[in-house]
Amino acid sequence: MKNKTGKVHEPLFHIVKRSALPFWKSWLFRILSLLAALVVCGIVIVTVTAENPLAMYKTMFEGAFGTARRRWSLLQDMAMLLCISLAVTPAFKMKFWNIGAEGQVLIGGLATAACMILFGEKLSPAVLYPLMAVTSILAGALWAVIPAVFKAKWNTNETLFTLMMNYIAIQLLSYFSYVWSNPKGSGKIGIINASSGAGWLPYIGNNKYLFNILVVLALTVFMYIYLKYSKHGYELSVVGESENTAKYIGINVKKVIIRTMLLSGAICGIAGLLLVAGANHTVSSNAADGRGFTAIMVSWLAKFNPAYMILTSLLLVFFDKGATEISTAFSLNDSFSEIISGIIIFFIIGSEFFINYEIKFREKEGAHVKAQKPAAPGPEIASESGKDGDSK
Amino acid sequence: MKKLLAIILSLALVFALASCGANSIEKETTKAAENESTEAAPLSNLKVGFIFLHDENSTYDKNFIDAAKEACEKLGAECILKTNIPEDKECYETAADLAESGCSIVFADSFGHEDYMIQAAKEYPEVQFCHATGTQAHTAGLGNFHNAFASIYEGRFLAGIAAGMKLNEMIESGKIKPEEAKIGYIGAFTYAEVISGYTSFFLGARYVCKSATMAVQFTGSWYDETGEKEAANTLIERGCVLISQHADSMGAPTACENAGIPNVSYNGSTKSVGPNSYIISSKINWVPYFEYIIGQVTNSQPIDTDWTGTIATGSVQLTEINTDVAADGTEAAILDAQAKIEDGSLHVFDASTFTVDGKNLTSYMADVDSDPEYAKDTEAISDGYFHESEYRSAPYFDIQIDGIELLNAKF
Repeated sequence: MKNKTGKVHEPLFHIVKRSALPFWKSWLFRILSLLAALVVCGIVIVTVTAENPLAMYKTMFEGAFGTARRRWSLLQDMAMLLCISLAVTPAFKMKFWNIGAEGQVLIGGLATAACMILFGEKLSPAVLYPLMAVTSILAGALWAVIPAVFKAKWNTNETLFTLMMNYIAIQLLSYFSYVWSNPKGSGKIGIINASSGAGWLPYIGNNKYLFNILVVLALTVFMYIYLKYSKHGYELSVVGESENTAKYIGINVKKVIIRTMLLSGAICGIAGLLLVAGANHTVSSNAADGRGFTAIMVSWLAKFNPAYMILTSLLLVFFDKGATEISTAFSLNDSFSEIISGIIIFFIIGSEFFINYEIKFREKEGAHVKAQKPAAPGPEIASESGKDGDSK
Repeated sequence: MKKLLAIILSLALVFALASCGANSIEKETTKAAENESTEAAPLSNLKVGFIFLHDENSTYDKNFIDAAKEACEKLGAECILKTNIPEDKECYETAADLAESGCSIVFADSFGHEDYMIQAAKEYPEVQFCHATGTQAHTAGLGNFHNAFASIYEGRFLAGIAAGMKLNEMIESGKIKPEEAKIGYIGAFTYAEVISGYTSFFLGARYVCKSATMAVQFTGSWYDETGEKEAANTLIERGCVLISQHADSMGAPTACENAGIPNVSYNGSTKSVGPNSYIISSKINWVPYFEYIIGQVTNSQPIDTDWTGTIATGSVQLTEINTDVAADGTEAAILDAQAKIEDGSLHVFDASTFTVDGKNLTSYMADVDSDPEYAKDTEAISDGYFHESEYRSAPYFDIQIDGIELLNAKF
């Protein structure tokens, strides 16, 4: 260290993994990055459109929360995104890269739609609803378990496998959209059982979406407990951390992979059920609307914690709704709202980097290393390092 | 390091706030100016909401968007445009939201929006819901839900004449033999709107070029740039010497330009991508309809349940003829046929001009009223021709006539 010749070349900066930041500090980082995102968005808005950024942010809020209908719609969209995020979480926590949620939701939705179309007016509701639930859950689980079995037995690449299962699901949906299209040949199913409402999930107190929201809330609580307190939850996190450790302590890794994906797919199936029978009352190949992929972001940003996922899904849906309103209110192209949400999401993800890593710059040449060390940390940082010590 | 970051951030914030402040004042003054100008000529202070399936990148939606802006500006109505609204719950949510935010009229432009517009119409009886290309208004029994379309089959017939003239020119110059006068057509789906469209186009072409035949390739999508391009290439490879399309992207016009094959377009001129291939385009001009509905609501008059625009109302239009590509005499031939259509001496679907399995039709039951069984409920052929767009505005001609070969009918 005291080598004064300085022959060793040190890069301008290097990246060091941080020890865990205190809770308040990591949230400070997140809030700061959000503010920075809003500033950058502001600059983009002014330079590109010459509109007032504050008015834009206000419009965003109005777009998401402006009327009772918008708040319910926000909650419904949030519930759907959250439901799919809950579904992908156990798999991701196990480091099983399930990017097939989109297809699993679609196939669950297709199963629901099939029951509604084929049996809607023939079976009594007491039989129809359980049938819809069971078929959609089974369909979702089947779509997820196929790649899981291949992964467990032959160690196939689950990322490619689940991705390709999406395309199969999308094609099946297109096919059935044609088979059941109304009018024939239009490629659109339209509202299923519009007159009888057979197979539609019940309205609670005249509210269309409350049922969906309650189901997802229950699922959130279930997933929180499952991941945090159940033996299954523990096992899958060990498999995620290290497969060898899991094997060493006697966990049946194959069984855990298959079981976790069954659960993942089953919840995607429920999402399909809620989407088709509870909200859309129709199905098409873009019924999942990319949520199967957005859900991955929701889950990662929340660090696989279902309670935080409520927040992250709210955030993403808020940006989506707000951004759409911006494009309408200021007569901008839809792509502009996507740019805005893109910038904000980029900053949010970026903040996670600064929470986990620290950039250390090269110390000035000739400066006394010894002299700097005690001088640099102010009282604030000293207390931080003290806390770190405690937490360890 | 952290301090530096903090300083940069706070500076950026201050800068942004300062620039906002300056900007907002400017904005307010322009807004005030705008208010004054609208107060000067208050023709209609209605709010009108428009729902579009895609945005300006789709020729179909651009046609509606431009018309909406033009009509609203002309009448002083405030227009709220919602683009990229899919044909599901989102459409209902958007329609209901527009109704709640004070729109007196909510309009949607895509066939698949209809169910969701009806759903919203039931909930907001005081708001008028208008839907283009739909089929259910005349049987829905709702006072505030309306369909509209135009007799675009007449426009397509006239565009078909331009295609036939071009085929004749190719035959006369010896470029092709008469039996090689094969047209390629790209359709989106296999239901009446598309079938009526390509059949009228084909009958127009055969009106001037007797040996014309046609092959149709479907894409299963209203907007699929790659798919439409591929379909055009397939048709060209199969020997089609002229292409037309009923789908909304620039895919087919671009493929034609690349292959040097003449193209008859739809929804508006595509000369920008096909300067050496674009001949003419038929389109529906929606300005008359939008002016009509805004006018009716402003004057508290009812809107027709089923409104069919015609050449006479200015709803059916042909865009400029590209004289570099079109055959000589095209304009005269079109004007001649148009005059005959308008005075009733020429009918597009004249039963004597087409056959089905080698026989002329004297009777055809069409499915005019929507029902789940697709029951054929209305006799459409009388006085020697098929009465298209008379019993409801949306097309219901869905007969497969001789001379048109469907390459894939999977959609």
